[in-house]
Amino acid sequence: MKFTKDHEWLRVEGDLVVVGITEHAATQLGDVVFVELPEPETMVAEGDEVCVIESVKAASDILAPVDGEIVSVNTKLVDAPALVNEDPTGAAWFFKMRLDDLSVLDQFMDEDEYQDVVG
Amino acid sequence: MADLDDGLQDTGLLRLGLHDLHVELGGKMVPFAGYEMPVQYPVGVMKEHLHTRAAAGLFDVSHMGQVILRPKAGMEALKLAFEALMPVDVLGLAEGRQRYGLLTNDRGGILDDLMFTNRGDHLYVVVNAACKAEDIAHMTAMMPGVSVEPVTDRALLALQGPGAEAALEAVLRGVAAMRFMDHRVLGEVWVSRSGYTGEDGFEISLPMAGAEGFARKLLAQPGVMPIGLGARDSLRLEAGLCLYGHDIDTTTSPVEASLTWAIQKSRRIGGARAGGFPGAERILQELATGPERRRVGLAPEGRAPMREGVELFAADGTPVGHVTSGGFGPSVNAPIAMGYVASHFAAIGTALEGEVRGKRLPVTVCDLPFQPTTYKR
Repeated sequence: MKFTKDHEWLRVEGDLVVVGITEHAATQLGDVVFVELPEPETMVAEGDEVCVIESVKAASDILAPVDGEIVSVNTKLVDAPALVNEDPTGAAWFFKMRLDDLSVLDQFMDEDEYQDVVG
Repeated sequence: MADLDDGLQDTGLLRLGLHDLHVELGGKMVPFAGYEMPVQYPVGVMKEHLHTRAAAGLFDVSHMGQVILRPKAGMEALKLAFEALMPVDVLGLAEGRQRYGLLTNDRGGILDDLMFTNRGDHLYVVVNAACKAEDIAHMTAMMPGVSVEPVTDRALLALQGPGAEAALEAVLRGVAAMRFMDHRVLGEVWVSRSGYTGEDGFEISLPMAGAEGFARKLLAQPGVMPIGLGARDSLRLEAGLCLYGHDIDTTTSPVEASLTWAIQKSRRIGGARAGGFPGAERILQELATGPERRRVGLAPEGRAPMREGVELFAADGTPVGHVTSGGFGPSVNAPIAMGYVASHFAAIGTALEGEVRGKRLPVTVCDLPFQPTTYKR
């Protein structure tokens, strides 16, 4: 699993990349009450705001970590946003992307490096 | 994830007397009104909110301003001097009773909202933290016949929820007999049966030196949990209560803010002491003919919260107002909001649209509060 400085995790699954938010991010956000997902089959560029997460405290965005196509989204989160707090790195994945070249993931942190960042 | 708040960066913030206790309890400390305040404890805002409505929540609100108003020439003169600052009946408030008040400016806007108590030979006032320096300067300048004395050596705690009475009675005998808005002086402790959650509960002022021990005794009672600012905000929003600087400010009149219940008959046209407060012309006019806009409850139709600043539109696209407080209501399990709309669109049931991230989403004007209050009247 790879990690971005924006507190997202990326997991390769076949030729796709699964994206979610880290446990650290979920804890910082607090109780998630609303999730808005992108349309599947959307081309996105790195840094695009692709999802909205609202907790009882505030609204945040999930940014596309790399260029690519969003091929599927986790609609379970729309009905059960609390999943983001319960299982952020498992059941609460947000979307799956198809990339031209999976090697772009090499730029991201591994788990030890990420843990150093969040302390 | 963008905009993730990793915690405190500010320095020069004041610390509460119970700071060490908040940290020990795992409170996440954030800057608020110049203080380092616990926004939440480890269980989180949602559980803290629901716990307060189910059992009892303990809040440290020591950042708020406590002020004694002492007469230099008799209580009646003090009461009349205070009435000259607010569209509120001060003279008629019995000893041992508390009332909601509003300091107004010459344009009929609200300088602050507050609670005041008749304590026989003086008034005890609690004002908002962010306004307290200005309030004290204003009251001092406007009431030369009154000694305005800030109380700086006392903590202020709030114990709220259906379990508050039993928990406080176990620590401080005599409070169970109090009714909503009663105030008692029990030794060194000043207790009001009031709060900011819509629940039955108490606000407790006590010397700073004994505050931590007192708070620990309360926390040791069955069902009492520490509650942070996050849940304080969602609880007051469900109760339809205004947050100064957001739902009310120097531009909103008490009538626009739907706070006419706070303006007693004696201060209205035809009353014994009608007018005679700052901004009376506008406020009395609005009472007679209705204001141009009104604070209303807003129920978003979907699950997306409509937060402060969201613009509101009529069905035909006409801008009609904006949201001043909004979020998610854990007890009503839905997004809730309050805001100002042009009076023509303020009727309960009016269908409007709120613009969230560029999309117009349906929202309905609704009655306040969202959650029924449980005051012990």
